[in-house]
Amino acid sequence: MSYISKDPSNPSGSPMTTPERHQGDHADGVPEIRLRTAAIGAHADAPTGTLKVQAKKINVFYGAKQALFDVDVDIPGKAVTAFIGPSGCGKSTFLRCINRMNDTIPGAKVTGEVLLDGEDVNDRQIDPVTLRARVGMVFQKPNPFPKSIFENVAYGPRIHGLAAGKADLEEIVEASLKRASLWEEVKDRLNQPGTGLSGGQQQRLVIARAIAVAPEVILMDEPCSALDPIATARIEELIDELRQQFCIVIVTHSMAQAARVSQRTSFFHLGKLVESGSTEEMFTNPKDSRTQDYITGRFG
Amino acid sequence: MLILMVLLALAALSAGAYAMGRRKARQATAGAAGRPHSLPGYHGAYVALWTGLPAAILLFAFVAFGGRIEYALISADPPPASAGITAERMATYYGDVQSVANGQSTSAVVYEGAAKTAFDAAVAHARSTDTLARLLAAAAALVLAIGGFLLAFPKLSKDFRARNRVEGLTSAVLIVCSVVAVMTTLGIVMSLLYESLRFFQAVSPLSFLFGTDWDPQIAMRTDQVMTHGAFGAIPLFAGTFLIMIIAMAVAAPVGLYSAIYLAEYAGRTTRAVVKPALEILAGVPTVVYGFFAALTVGPLFRSGFNALGAQLVGGPLNDLGLYLGQVQNQMALVAGAVMGIMLIPFVSSLSDDIINAVPQALRDGSYAMGATKSETIKRVILPAALPGVVAALLLAMSRAIGETMIVTLAAGLQAKLTANPLDTVTTVTVQIVTLLTGDTEFDNPKTLAAFGLGLTLFAITLVLNIIALRIVQKYREQYD
Ligand SMILES: Nc1ncnc2c1ncn2[C@@H]1O[C@H](COP(=O)(O)OP(=O)(O)OP(=O)(O)O)[C@@H](O)[C@H]1O
Ligand SMILES: [Mg+2]
Repeated sequence: MSYISKDPSNPSGSPMTTPERHQGDHADGVPEIRLRTAAIGAHADAPTGTLKVQAKKINVFYGAKQALFDVDVDIPGKAVTAFIGPSGCGKSTFLRCINRMNDTIPGAKVTGEVLLDGEDVNDRQIDPVTLRARVGMVFQKPNPFPKSIFENVAYGPRIHGLAAGKADLEEIVEASLKRASLWEEVKDRLNQPGTGLSGGQQQRLVIARAIAVAPEVILMDEPCSALDPIATARIEELIDELRQQFCIVIVTHSMAQAARVSQRTSFFHLGKLVESGSTEEMFTNPKDSRTQDYITGRFG
Repeated sequence: MLILMVLLALAALSAGAYAMGRRKARQATAGAAGRPHSLPGYHGAYVALWTGLPAAILLFAFVAFGGRIEYALISADPPPASAGITAERMATYYGDVQSVANGQSTSAVVYEGAAKTAFDAAVAHARSTDTLARLLAAAAALVLAIGGFLLAFPKLSKDFRARNRVEGLTSAVLIVCSVVAVMTTLGIVMSLLYESLRFFQAVSPLSFLFGTDWDPQIAMRTDQVMTHGAFGAIPLFAGTFLIMIIAMAVAAPVGLYSAIYLAEYAGRTTRAVVKPALEILAGVPTVVYGFFAALTVGPLFRSGFNALGAQLVGGPLNDLGLYLGQVQNQMALVAGAVMGIMLIPFVSSLSDDIINAVPQALRDGSYAMGATKSETIKRVILPAALPGVVAALLLAMSRAIGETMIVTLAAGLQAKLTANPLDTVTTVTVQIVTLLTGDTEFDNPKTLAAFGLGLTLFAITLVLNIIALRIVQKYREQYD
């Protein structure tokens, strides 16, 4: 196992602020280990940990236009996977396959399998609503609801009935805001509108909103694209901390960011997955010349 | 006819001036070094405007005010005393002269003897004045056109700032148009205010606004009754609001829910059919709704209630049965319900726009949290759209209050202070219509009352609209 940053199987040991119950929620229903040796064998350098998400032969069509071509990706649990690639290559599209947000786009059609803990998310049996409670998403542009800061974070716990009472809900909100390192800035103004925060604060607010329901996977679509370096550093720290508990997928246009925060990287180009591997491998010794060119900034 | 021909000539002259101006500008810039300040088209437009505009303004002024000037000229020359036209009849006399001179075959009053001679002379005089005035106006217009051209044309040169001049003139024209719109509205409000003041001199505003007795017919006969409060407008406003509330009870839920359905649930094909259908409904003239209410819904409701009453008579609800048995066609419920139907497309298309304006990112955010469609609508979209929806409802209310045709046809004339939807009520607008229809003289409180009612109605709808627009503005700011 080779990672650029810390080893995900050996968390730094800093105490978690999230209530225990959250972890319990999912630990119950979700078997931790779904080792698929065959799939992992395909990538010699894949981590030997758990595999959280496996995509097989994903094709996505927007009307007649095909956006993804036979994409296969393995995403390990409790680690950060980065998706890189030139604009329009289908990174966001692929992200939306994992939590079935493509369902909400009229005319979009997805074929292939996305296995979450071995279960196909496109299966008839799977309700996209419950799926999305397990797979949280942070969008490229922060989109806080026009509600108070508190209500923004309380949104998920409320609709999924995660809090037993008011005190419980307050506890969840506080814990989530603390984990998103926003608590100190907003603890005195929880009743003010979330839309009144700065861009970076809004981005952390929507991250807090996403982690409040303790999802198993968090998808982040260019979460730092609108942020200054300081806010970016804080979000990166946050991601690094969150990976001890969640499976995180991040789309980024910054090679440096991918190198800093991720353990695995996948490179997309023109709707195809070109190369996947450990971040260190990808950045030091890419197999495909296109990856090499992209990483060194020769195109894209 | 002459004026029309001159207008055509002006158009032709302007077109010629445009071509000449453009050509001159082209020639001026052809040999010279550097870029000209303005494109040749602006030079042409500048000359054309100077040629056509002042003359056209003169002609329009002549058409608008020429009649008055002629009238003044004719009346400066009074008929001889022998004609026997008394001072009171003078205005009619001159009016007759002018209309006969303008081509009407006979005068309203038959003049004989000395009066006839004087009248004919006056007509001939008026005709010659008119012809002369028209010729003068036409000549003045042509002179203005040529003068304008001669003034503007020599100014053209490579560095002449024709574009700025033309744009200045264009914006002046736009300003004049908006001023006309504003002034007209202001004029209407002023006349409303003026006539209302006259009304309030006869009837105290307090007894008008807070009186509970409305009976303008009696007031016309004797003066004292007026002071006893026969002009109390409370029952009218109560009736107006009762009908408005019934209408909103129909239009608000149906309109809002259909908007939600259209914006969030309906597929593309459904939307493509239902939206235009609703818009067609919005285009149905209110008079059609009016006779629909009066001829179809009214009798239907009455027979329904009467039949229900017949069932109840003799039972434990005997009194209610007796009451239902004698319900009339003109109940507030009928007018309100039909008005509500009229307002449905209004409410739904406004709300639909507002719901669609809620950013898609908010929906995505909510769906990505694992919210269902209805949770997303209830907890994110509607709260976000609420101010706009409230504004839409306020606008619908002010339409309901001002609506006239449906209530004229379907509501009653009896001013009753009641909250019973099965009772006959009348509304402010219905009363204005009845006060002003037929032969009316604008010197008694009965007709002037219409202005008092109009002013009050205007104030109410104005306030509603201002509140609604304020809310919409706030709402827009939220997403800009
Ligand atoms: N809703 C949609 N309807 C039609 N085509 C779409 C839609 N969304 C994406 N596409 C197309 O699919 C392709 C992939 O888009 P996608 O948004 O996944 O790119 P991306 O890799 O996320 O790009 P970026 O880095 O610029 O965000 C593009 O060609 C895009 O035009
Ligand atoms: Mg994208």
